[in-house]
Amino acid sequence: MFISGIAFIIFAIILLGSALMVITARNPVHSVLFLILAFFNSAGLFVLLGAEFVGMLMVIVYVGAVAVLFLFVVMMLDISFADLRKGAMQYVPLGLLLAVILLCEFIALYGAWEFAPNLGSNLSDPISVASEGTNARSIGLVVYTDYFLAFQIAGLVLFVAMIGAIVLTHRTRPGVLKQSVASQQRVNPDDVLEIRKVTTGTGI
Amino acid sequence: MMLEVGLTHYLVLAALLFTVGVFGMFLNRKNVIVILMSIELMLLAVNINFVAFSAYMGDLVGQVFTMFILTVAAAEAAIGLAILVVFFRNKGSIAVEDISAMKG
Repeated sequence: MFISGIAFIIFAIILLGSALMVITARNPVHSVLFLILAFFNSAGLFVLLGAEFVGMLMVIVYVGAVAVLFLFVVMMLDISFADLRKGAMQYVPLGLLLAVILLCEFIALYGAWEFAPNLGSNLSDPISVASEGTNARSIGLVVYTDYFLAFQIAGLVLFVAMIGAIVLTHRTRPGVLKQSVASQQRVNPDDVLEIRKVTTGTGI
Repeated sequence: MMLEVGLTHYLVLAALLFTVGVFGMFLNRKNVIVILMSIELMLLAVNINFVAFSAYMGDLVGQVFTMFILTVAAAEAAIGLAILVVFFRNKGSIAVEDISAMKG
């Protein structure tokens, strides 16, 4: 328990610090790298909570896909990020005010909140975390049975997002010469060939 | 002993992370990329809440829902960045003020 407490504090501090660096770093590439650090630390927190599968999923999906996508876009676009920061400071007091109010509300909420006294009997159909075997096995037992439809719809959402991203970013560039076999096959010799009689000694 | 980690610790951590995300949207008002990253931070805070409740209530459904949130977050990031790339191609800028062509 002592080790896990220390681990929680380390993960939490690095997570919050890297989150702060994400929003304050001057260079967006640094922001993305700190985002990766934040996701790694949240994965550590999930492992501490006994949700290994979600933690590893976090590493694979966020670090492996989303953060790399961000990195790719940041590096691909040729933007002067210094110009984007100019004049942004005037909204900081308002943002700080909002953030403090939000945080105070959260703290008030969590200070006054507690579990309902007979929670265990009120849960309609609790699915035990440590039902059998590993965390991944128990999640699989739930996802592929009770939440099968939602699982399929999640796949559909990803599929639609993929198609949408391709459709949005695909473009046919003008001036690029490509071989089109169909149009080559369709050419009629009568349209493109002209046979003329050339008399000797004169041009056309 | 203060090292006894309870549900409240995770909830306060998630609240702080969510607040950092909200503040990031104000701090980087002009930079759409960092705003998208702030949204990812807020979604991460929500995920921490879900997993913490799931662990301390002994109900696995919270972790299942975290997976679905992860799916939606990945789709949102992909579409958002695709829109950003298309916008940059057309306008040559990603400043938020320039994104006003669709004003109601």
